[in-house]
Amino acid sequence: MESVRRFCVRVAECRWILPLLLVIGMGFCVAAESGGLLNSYTRFVLITMGVNIILCASLNLVNGYLGEFSVGHAGFMALGAYAAAMMTTRLFPQMPALFLPAIFFGGLVAAVIGFLLALLSFKTRGDYLALITLAFLMIVKSALENIPWVGGPRGLAGIPTLSSLPITFGAAIVTLWVIRNLVFSKFGRAVVAIREDEIAANSMGVRTREAKILAFSVSSFFGGVAGALLAHQITFINPGSFDILKSTEILVMVYLGGIGSLAGSVLGAVIFTLLSEVLRDFGTWRMVILPLILVLLMLFRPRGIMGLRELPWFLPRRELTSRRKKP
Amino acid sequence: MSALLEIDRVTMRFGGLCAISDCRLSVSAGVAHGIIGPNGAGKTTLFNLITGIYRPTEGRIRFKGHDITGWRPARIALDGIGRTFQNIRLFKALTVLDNVRIAYDTQLHYHPLEALARVGRYGRGEEESIARGLGLLEHFGLAEFATLRACELPYGLQRRLEIARALAVQPSLLLLDEPAAGMNTAETAALTTFLRDIRAHFQVTMILIEHHMHLVMNLCDKITVLDFGRTLAEGTPAEVRADPRVIEAYLGDGEA
Ligand SMILES: Nc1ncnc2c1ncn2[C@@H]1O[C@H](COP(=O)(O)OP(=O)(O)O)[C@@H](O)[C@H]1O
Ligand SMILES: [Mg+2]
Repeated sequence: MESVRRFCVRVAECRWILPLLLVIGMGFCVAAESGGLLNSYTRFVLITMGVNIILCASLNLVNGYLGEFSVGHAGFMALGAYAAAMMTTRLFPQMPALFLPAIFFGGLVAAVIGFLLALLSFKTRGDYLALITLAFLMIVKSALENIPWVGGPRGLAGIPTLSSLPITFGAAIVTLWVIRNLVFSKFGRAVVAIREDEIAANSMGVRTREAKILAFSVSSFFGGVAGALLAHQITFINPGSFDILKSTEILVMVYLGGIGSLAGSVLGAVIFTLLSEVLRDFGTWRMVILPLILVLLMLFRPRGIMGLRELPWFLPRRELTSRRKKP
Repeated sequence: MSALLEIDRVTMRFGGLCAISDCRLSVSAGVAHGIIGPNGAGKTTLFNLITGIYRPTEGRIRFKGHDITGWRPARIALDGIGRTFQNIRLFKALTVLDNVRIAYDTQLHYHPLEALARVGRYGRGEEESIARGLGLLEHFGLAEFATLRACELPYGLQRRLEIARALAVQPSLLLLDEPAAGMNTAETAALTTFLRDIRAHFQVTMILIEHHMHLVMNLCDKITVLDFGRTLAEGTPAEVRADPRVIEAYLGDGEA
């Protein structure tokens, strides 16, 4: 047992493993896509996994690193999904080359709305983020239902299947990379300091409002990116796809994998994706099981599996050297 | 000599309770100023007023000659006031190094987009904050614990780290709220030497809330005695010790 543990620690500290895994993963994705190695079900699950990693890591920024409680992530997905789908179906149909700009556009729309929402939410000291994001979720849903040119309650159909394995994998990597860069910067440390003690952070000169708004906007951006990918995976979206249950799913991933951890985000998303495939047969019971898991997690394991711990693979080299000074 | 900090007829009410009433205090640059008084006298409230956590009900606070009344805490910190808390408020889950880096970070100038893409001033800034953080920890004998989480430090070192973090703000005024709380006589004596060293090394003006009379009398040039939010007496340690009102209200319990 002890030797297994020591082996794991050794592996966790080998930084070259991560780039190797990424190259192998990307190679596999490209090969699988062009060679048809996987059946369509496995492919679908893997793409879902990638989208979930993006969702989990981005929500973790707000609910884990910042320590606030947002339930609105599905709303940002909706914004990204609709914005990107409008681009690929209405504005530039038949132009798959524009998919990447469309994803970015989806993220941007979500980020702009996220920024405005953050401006509003973090105005005063007492935060009511859970309430505000809940209201936001409902507003997005009813707005989409009432705009005829995005399909109203019936939604948008005929979205091209553009979310391939390589693109989803690439998007997940970019997401993790950007969030890591944010987390290990002065802004990221400010965000975590706010979670630990907002008054102390203030007294150290941290501009807490700016840090919160930045974290929330980046989080929204990637929520939108995930929505854009999802839309071009399932090819049909309606306002009902982005409800509180969708947000709950992401919350379960975050609190399962571990708050304030990228490794935890990946872990939570992977476990959750596999788990929900197993639970697929339970149908409507999912509506009971998911919230129940969330409540149990928050009660008994509020930090999750990797809570507040990080795999050394994800740390910038600079941080590692400073860590080595340990006697 | 003009005062570094000037508290001008400040009153602070919480509902019906008057925690500070008509307080006047003037602290000159380079001085170590002690504040003593029984529990609930309003000492911590005074610090919270100076650092902008509370806004005074009445009165003005001036620092380095300008009015800082109503400023946000972050702005006041950046203007040069560092502080510690009566109940230690470290960033517990963060490393010892990151605790002091948070303060140095506020002096870095890189844009969020530079951080997100790891370009421009980001890299140099990070190097700088690590180097300065380690340097400060070195001075405080904390460098060997740099990678531990703050909550893993023993109590005495947590107190010391909090002082280090306050100095990372690069303050010209340092506010210490009961730094010797929970320490025994030997530890308090060591703290006295330590604070004297800090004062010389960082050229910082200090205001010190403390119950350990030995520490206050040894370290401070001037002492203010607070009682029920009012200034009961003010003067040099010798004057305060001899003041009959102070003896009656505070020192009388045989603490001196
Ligand atoms: N935020 C607050 N709200 C209400 N009352 C407060 C608050 N902060 C302090 N007080 C009251 O003000 C008085 C002075 O408190 P404090 O400044 O902490 O005293 P000291 O630090 O001298 O022991 C106490 O009666 C305390 O209960
Ligand atoms: Mg107090």
